[in-house]
Amino acid sequence: MEEVIQPFYLEKENRMKNNIIHYCNIKDGSVSVNGKSLYVNTVEKDFLSFIKTVYKQFDLAYPKFYKMDPLCKLSIVAASILLENTGSEIDPNMALVLSNKSSCIDIDRKHQETISQEADSYASPANFVYTLPNIALGEISIKYKLQSENSFFIFEYFNPKFLIDYTNSLIDLGKSNRVLSGWVEVNENNYNAFLFIVEKSDGIELTQKNLIKLK
Amino acid sequence: MEDLKKELKLKIIEALNLEDMSVEDISDDEMLFEEGLGLDSIDALELIIILDKDYGIKLTDSKDGKKIFRSIETMATYIAEHRSK
Repeated sequence: MEEVIQPFYLEKENRMKNNIIHYCNIKDGSVSVNGKSLYVNTVEKDFLSFIKTVYKQFDLAYPKFYKMDPLCKLSIVAASILLENTGSEIDPNMALVLSNKSSCIDIDRKHQETISQEADSYASPANFVYTLPNIALGEISIKYKLQSENSFFIFEYFNPKFLIDYTNSLIDLGKSNRVLSGWVEVNENNYNAFLFIVEKSDGIELTQKNLIKLK
Repeated sequence: MEDLKKELKLKIIEALNLEDMSVEDISDDEMLFEEGLGLDSIDALELIIILDKDYGIKLTDSKDGKKIFRSIETMATYIAEHRSK
C-alpha cells in the first residue's frame, strides 16, 4: 500500500497551536500591554496631541515619527510599545498583518485639500507618500529591519476570523515563525489600536472569542 | 537676508513637520541633508515646491539642488539672487 505523505505542517512536531504571546491596546486615552495599564492621558482629546504624549512618554526616540500620517503614528507607536515592553526578540522574519476600517483617511483628506485648491495648487510629496495604508507596514519594517511578509486589509468591522486564518496560514505554511497582527484604526479623533503577536508557544489561545475579548 | 533665513526655517519646519524644532535649532550653515537635519528625498521635493510656490524659482537641473539645498545659508543666497516673487 502506498504511504501517504502528510504536508510538513501536519507533522507531529508542528502540531502545537499558534497562540497569542503578547498584545497591546491603545484606546480611550490609555495604553496597555498584556492587559496591564502603562499610561493614561484623558486630558488630550485630540488624537495627534495624545499620540505625541505617548511617543514621548515611552521615549521612542524615532524622529521620523513627526513626519508620519496619523495611521503610521498609531501603528509605529503601538508596534514599538508592544515589541519593546515585552522583551520580544526582534525576528527579521516576523510577518505583519494589519487591518482597519478607515484606511489612511486623514492623510487622504489632507492630500485632497492640497490638490483641490484652485490656483497655485501643489500636491505635497510629504503628504502624498502616506496615502496608502500599507505604508504603516513599511514604517514598522524599516524601524525594526523586518524582511517579511506583510499585508494590510480594510474591513467594515474588526474581523478576527480573517486575521486568525491569515496568521495561521503564514505560520503553518512556514512563511514566518511569528506574526504581528491586529487592528489600527484612526479617523480624526477616533482611534483604536489592538496589536498582538502570535507564534507556536505558550500563550492565549488564538480564537475569535479571545481576540474580541482582548480588543 | 536674516529675515529670509528665518522665513525659510519657519517654512521648512512647517512643510516637513519638524514639530519639535524651532528656528533657533537650525543654524544657518547646518547641513540640511545627511548628518545635519537628516532630511530625505521626499523632503527635497518639498523644498523644490517651496522654491517654486513661494519664490517663483523652478529648478530644472537636479545637480543644482545639491548645492542650493546644502544649508539655509546656500538656500537663502540662491533665493535672493533668483527670486521672481
